[in-house]
Amino acid sequence: MINLKINGLEVKAEEGWTVLETAKFYGLEIPTLCYNEGLSPYGGCRLCLVEIGEGPKAKLVSSCTYPAEEGLIVRTDTKRVIETRKMMIELMLSLAPNSKVIQDLASKFGVTQVRFKIRNEECILCGLCVRMCAEQMDGRAIGFQHRGYKRKISTPFDIRSEECRLCGGCIYICPACQLRCQGPEAETAVCNACLNMDPTCLDHYDDLQCWMYDAGRCGTCVRESKEKSKEQTSKQ
Amino acid sequence: MEVQELKVKSFVTKYHSEKKALISVLQDIQEEYNYLPQEALKIVSDTLGIPLIDIIGVATFYRAFSLEPRGKHLVTVCMGTACHVRGGPKILEEFERKLNITAGETTEDRQFSLETVACLGCCAIGPVVVVDGDYHAQTSIRKVGSILKKYMKKEKKNESN
Amino acid sequence: MKAIKKIKTTEDLTQAIQYQIQKRQSEKKPVLTVSAGTCGQARGSLKVIDSLKKAIQKNSLEDKVKIKVTGCHGFCEAEPNIIIQPQDIFYQKVQPKDTEDIASQTIINNEIIDRLLFSDPISKTTVLKENDISFYKKQKRILLGDNALIDPTDIDDYLSVGGYGSLAKVLSEMTPEEVIEIIKQSGLRGRGGAGFPAGYKWEFTRKAKESPKYIICNADEGDPGAYMDRSLLEGNPHRVLEGMIIGAYAVGAEEGTIYVRDEYPLAVKHIFLAIAQAENMGLLGEKILGTDFNFTIHVSKGAGAFVCGEETALIASVEGRIGEPRQRPPFPALKGLWKYPTNINNVETWANVPLIIEKGAGWFSKIGTKGSKGTKIFSLVGKINNTGLVEVPMGITLREVIFEIGGGIPGGKEFKAVQTGGPSGGCLPKNKLDLPIDYEGLTEAGSIMGSGGMIVMDENTCMVDVAKYFLNFLRDESCGKCLSCREGTQRMWEIVTDISEGKGKESDIQFLEQLAQATKDASLCGLGQTAANPVLSTLRYFRDEYIAHVKDKTCPAGVCKNLITYSILEDKCTGCLACIKVCPQEAISGELKKVHVLDQEKCIKCGACFEACQFDAIKIE
Repeated sequence: MINLKINGLEVKAEEGWTVLETAKFYGLEIPTLCYNEGLSPYGGCRLCLVEIGEGPKAKLVSSCTYPAEEGLIVRTDTKRVIETRKMMIELMLSLAPNSKVIQDLASKFGVTQVRFKIRNEECILCGLCVRMCAEQMDGRAIGFQHRGYKRKISTPFDIRSEECRLCGGCIYICPACQLRCQGPEAETAVCNACLNMDPTCLDHYDDLQCWMYDAGRCGTCVRESKEKSKEQTSKQ
Repeated sequence: MEVQELKVKSFVTKYHSEKKALISVLQDIQEEYNYLPQEALKIVSDTLGIPLIDIIGVATFYRAFSLEPRGKHLVTVCMGTACHVRGGPKILEEFERKLNITAGETTEDRQFSLETVACLGCCAIGPVVVVDGDYHAQTSIRKVGSILKKYMKKEKKNESN
Repeated sequence: MKAIKKIKTTEDLTQAIQYQIQKRQSEKKPVLTVSAGTCGQARGSLKVIDSLKKAIQKNSLEDKVKIKVTGCHGFCEAEPNIIIQPQDIFYQKVQPKDTEDIASQTIINNEIIDRLLFSDPISKTTVLKENDISFYKKQKRILLGDNALIDPTDIDDYLSVGGYGSLAKVLSEMTPEEVIEIIKQSGLRGRGGAGFPAGYKWEFTRKAKESPKYIICNADEGDPGAYMDRSLLEGNPHRVLEGMIIGAYAVGAEEGTIYVRDEYPLAVKHIFLAIAQAENMGLLGEKILGTDFNFTIHVSKGAGAFVCGEETALIASVEGRIGEPRQRPPFPALKGLWKYPTNINNVETWANVPLIIEKGAGWFSKIGTKGSKGTKIFSLVGKINNTGLVEVPMGITLREVIFEIGGGIPGGKEFKAVQTGGPSGGCLPKNKLDLPIDYEGLTEAGSIMGSGGMIVMDENTCMVDVAKYFLNFLRDESCGKCLSCREGTQRMWEIVTDISEGKGKESDIQFLEQLAQATKDASLCGLGQTAANPVLSTLRYFRDEYIAHVKDKTCPAGVCKNLITYSILEDKCTGCLACIKVCPQEAISGELKKVHVLDQEKCIKCGACFEACQFDAIKIE
């Protein structure tokens, strides 16, 4: 067993566990995006960052790839982690503003602006689709090509791949493929629908009418509350 | 140039058909055909047992390789820091103007390809331009025209022979 | 390749070395050493060698002199250069037509040819001897010095300067642990950039329980502006090999790989040749010099990727994959090539090893500062008079290197900044000129030692443009895995480009700093973690320049195209038509002997007219 500390809590990890796996075992929450239990960890989205060590040598590492080490001191929500995490989300929003997953992360962690030029590529190159295709579906039809700012995911020669069996695994696992609450024709890059929600259904019903805690999904609350606040400002 | 299956296979066997020699195999193919033809990559995938998508990944990751045919003459302008400070970008722009292409492209008649390289390690003689392995020291905007003429003359000579 | 006799024991090796040393010392004929490294060749040294040979023949001197073709002598500005021993005469910028005079005047009549002597840019006097030249005086060329003495394609020449003597010593007298102890005590730190103590690194691999073990020589030298490793590999490959063989013995490795850049064809050629010669001599292979130690070296060529200079990316490339770094720990010393213990060191680090074994840890640790021992080779380039490779003891100041060794800034211009550490480093301004060069000092000042690139900039260099240049380099070279690095470098480049084009807002500077900090904190490897350094250091020391671009929409250095205008000074223009001939847009009009006029609408600010004008009549503001 490996002994380490997470947020001051003394925890034990098995050989071969990562910091993220250890945290999950203990029910401690670290946000992730490119991590999936059934796939090998990649460490590309930089959302699962935690601060290890103390003092001037402390640094941020991706918990999904960092191995649990004896005596490691981990903190999941330091000032540095939070500021960096917000910048990562802001970068992701500028690349895929139509993704519900990323918009939800924005609301959850208080990202309310996108100061970058929107370059909507509907993809953040998290690599989940590549790993899904290779590891779970044994297809190897898509992969990373080029590097740096020119990096992309595609089939060989950008044509229909002979290896692709049309299983749909890549679409299933893609975080950018679920549409955001305010829809693809949204006015702003940042949705924040759930932050600005005022459940109108509670005026009529005792229970929140959204199923599966998908608050704001139908858009009614948001639209109605927007109109309500427009009315209020025009009245003033 | 037609891709000869035996030739490509010989590059693979040269390195004992080891997967780790992928980059060396691709370097040999690049030198032979002046680019990496699709058919050649498929042959390598079959003979080395590496998925084609991984080979494409390697072929596009490294600058040395090109999936499109390169021009007969390769003009490489050094964009290293020392050459940059000595006016490298202006030299590149002059080449772009004279050849009517941007860096990374090949002229329509397939005669010239224009590339940049991060540093050739000849900083003392910067700005440096290499054409077909010939190093040109202390290039200036004026010299660009005469450098290109030299290689265009070679073409005319070859044509008349 | 001439026949090489296999040496079977350490005693035989020691004898062979003694024989070669004696042979060199008893050489009575004058030796003409011509530098022919890559840049020497680019400047025509091969043609010089050809005509020199003809001149020697013509003057019937074939039996009376020796010509030796070597690698870089380090003083690139002076190439092609010829050093004549034993007089130590240094002839610079030799042209083929000068060789006849050298043969007839200097060799036969002992006459010095003044026009070929080095002329000091500061004192304006000519200097005869190599060691009196200001460029060489303050250097301590323990590594590069031999470049001027040996023919890199001849292993016997390496023996004649005592080469492989350290290997003989190690294999006959020392245990691996003793070798590691000496390296530890010497204080040698990795010369690739990170500066990790080499001896301790070796020890990790030595103590690792798994086998086989490997060693790697990182010759990927990707920093633009740095070429010291190229010079060592071209000019003295056996020194690097000797270091690697000793290192392999120390850590317990049986296979070594030299990962060398694709862009260094001459270095690759010389390494292959050196390895073949060493194998033939029995210094590589099985049961080396009669011991149980086996060791072979392979060469792995890079394919054009800066990120492959990073340890784990390099390993991935050797394994035939894309150069994507991975999480450390586990460190390569424990899990490296093929997941086995691997020790990776830079070319310059390996080259130091035989010297430390020969002269002792004490000798080495006396050179340099408390924390940074030994010498470091820097490539002094950019806006500098004496361009070249300088090897200096750690602790020398930037001022001494730039002004005393480098001879100051050409054209009487003002020094503005010196950039060290490549794209991972920073720009240091005038008030840092008295900083002693060492690892900690440079890091504190906001830069890094890096592999040793030192690029000097003058008043006509725009620091915003420099930041833009490095970011452009980094966004292309980033492997692309980490969002923070891939998008961070791209977005920083976008913001700095906007600033350079006059589209910057005041809030941009603060935003840039936030983004830079996030890129630094969140990235996995050294590339991303240091990607922000060019921006942060230029903001730290040259903030005014950024503000001028943003607030006043001007470029004080006269570089950023959108913010400058070209114009012709009426009082200086002589009407020579030179600028009209070169203007690609036909933006200048005028007649012979009449003042020319520049049409702003057509001007694309290419700079051709500025280059062509001999009368300083083109103004950029």
